[in-house]
Amino acid sequence: MQRYAAQRLLQLAPVLVSVSVLVFLMVHLVPGDPVQVMLQDYGTPAQAAALRHTLGLDRPLAVQYGVFAWRALHGDFGRSIRSGRPVSGEIALRLPYTLQLTAASMVVAIALGLVLGMIAALQHRRLPDYAAMVAALAGISLPSFWFGLVLILIFSYYLRWLPAAGADTPGSLILPAVTLGTSAASIIARLSRSSLLEVLRQEFIRTARAKGMREWRVLYRHGLRNALIPVLSIIGLQVAGLLGGAVIVETVFGWPGLGRLAIDAIFNRDIPMIQGIVLVAATIFVAVNLAIDLLYALVDPRIRYS
Amino acid sequence: MLSSTRESDTVEARAAARPARARSHGAIGLRRVARHRGATLGIVLVAGLLLLSLLAPYVSRYDPAEPHFGARLEPPTAAYPLGTDSYGRDVLSRVAYGGRISLVVGAVSVVVSFVVGLPLGVAAGYAGGRIDDLIMRIIDVWLAFPELLLAIGIVAVLGPGLHNVMLAIGISGVPGVCRLVRGNVLAVKEESYVEVACAVGGTAMHIVRAHVLPNVLAPVVVLLTLRLGTAILAGVGLSFLGLGVQPPAPEWGAMVAEGRTYLQQAWWVSTIPGAAIFLSVMGFNMFGDGLRDALDPRLH
Repeated sequence: MQRYAAQRLLQLAPVLVSVSVLVFLMVHLVPGDPVQVMLQDYGTPAQAAALRHTLGLDRPLAVQYGVFAWRALHGDFGRSIRSGRPVSGEIALRLPYTLQLTAASMVVAIALGLVLGMIAALQHRRLPDYAAMVAALAGISLPSFWFGLVLILIFSYYLRWLPAAGADTPGSLILPAVTLGTSAASIIARLSRSSLLEVLRQEFIRTARAKGMREWRVLYRHGLRNALIPVLSIIGLQVAGLLGGAVIVETVFGWPGLGRLAIDAIFNRDIPMIQGIVLVAATIFVAVNLAIDLLYALVDPRIRYS
Repeated sequence: MLSSTRESDTVEARAAARPARARSHGAIGLRRVARHRGATLGIVLVAGLLLLSLLAPYVSRYDPAEPHFGARLEPPTAAYPLGTDSYGRDVLSRVAYGGRISLVVGAVSVVVSFVVGLPLGVAAGYAGGRIDDLIMRIIDVWLAFPELLLAIGIVAVLGPGLHNVMLAIGISGVPGVCRLVRGNVLAVKEESYVEVACAVGGTAMHIVRAHVLPNVLAPVVVLLTLRLGTAILAGVGLSFLGLGVQPPAPEWGAMVAEGRTYLQQAWWVSTIPGAAIFLSVMGFNMFGDGLRDALDPRLH
């Protein structure tokens, strides 16, 4: 297991290096002169020259990348073009909010998805199964920004139960987490249903029932534990959806996370900020998928990595 | 003589039987799709919204971009069946015309994903070896970026706008297409008919065109349909953020964003275009699910 973990970590190194090259190249892929784009054509030639020097754009490309990678490894992504503050500092301020929102949405997604999936599988081809699967299909098809607005309209404006925006109270997290987690919950529900149906057809389930084991025990000990393994892999992939979706949900609910920082940076053409955010998000995503991969071996004794 | 006649009869009979069988395979698939309730409902939803968009000039009485300040935030009435927005523009007209943009963004993005992803997946799966390794390493890096975030990153570099949004969503969808196609090509490559085609001297290009591509088509078509829904969602999401189609052009995502300021006093401005997005994505997803059920031989 340790050897496998070390191998996977080593395999990640070229991926992360390539990601860093792509993120570094963002500034050079901007159509036209990136300095003029960042100054939004309002800068004087002297300001442009100063910014070019500050960003190191007057150096050879290889040197620029070397400096970028070395600094990024030390958590230094340069300074924001707009605020002048270090990008890493701004990211550090906002990242906890995005992580909090992503984690809460994941909890919503897993809880809701598993319950729906179990109901559907246990009531296979009956009304609850059809209802759960229609709900899951609707959940996948919902535009998160619209669903968020509908939730605000109902729970904030009409019922006045929860705040519509901000991150001041613990209750502020509920609506954004439900909005962000619904799509992932639907995917988890569909997968856990089909996975549980597959497992419930296995012979060891029949054997367990034949031995006289109670139904809930058959379901929990033999059914659910085996059915959850493929669900685990989809949970890792859903992190990508949540990190991307957070950008939209944070905008709807005025949540002060990385997503809103990214959107502000795009409108301000603050490329160092965008580079920092994309690099951090990609690294988190890669790390989560590695963790899920390793967790596989722990939860499924049939899987042994060599 | 007799035997040669019989032989030619048999050959002709086989030749005649071939297209009939090919037709029957297609017909069986179509019949299964038509019998699938979800798929039928999906087609109806999508067709309804497509018709609404195509017939927009006949459905709506007003110019979708022209403001009528005397009729700001009017609730649904006979004159304005879906109400008006903060500029007094007819919401029905804007939803009908907006469908053209949102649906085209979805369709063009999916075409971009397939035009890039399909050849890459076929090359990786069929050629194998170093080409496969190289392509899959590139795809691994591509996959390290969450899809929507990658699209946002590309728009950040290229700048907001309709064309850049379509390109960004298309590019961010390439890895999914490539991986699915590669997986199916790997399976088809091992089939005996591909081996026979190789043995009789068929060129790689011919084998891919005549034997591999037709046999990976079914999962590709299913993915294409399901990706349409995802691409529409991504497109309207980027427009909601202000990165896509710019006002005053009617676009569903942008309309939801414009209306959110007046959510409490004029719910229809945001919720109606949002419902149009939901129904179109739901339609494509239902159709895609039905198509998968109909075309997957393991389910029959």
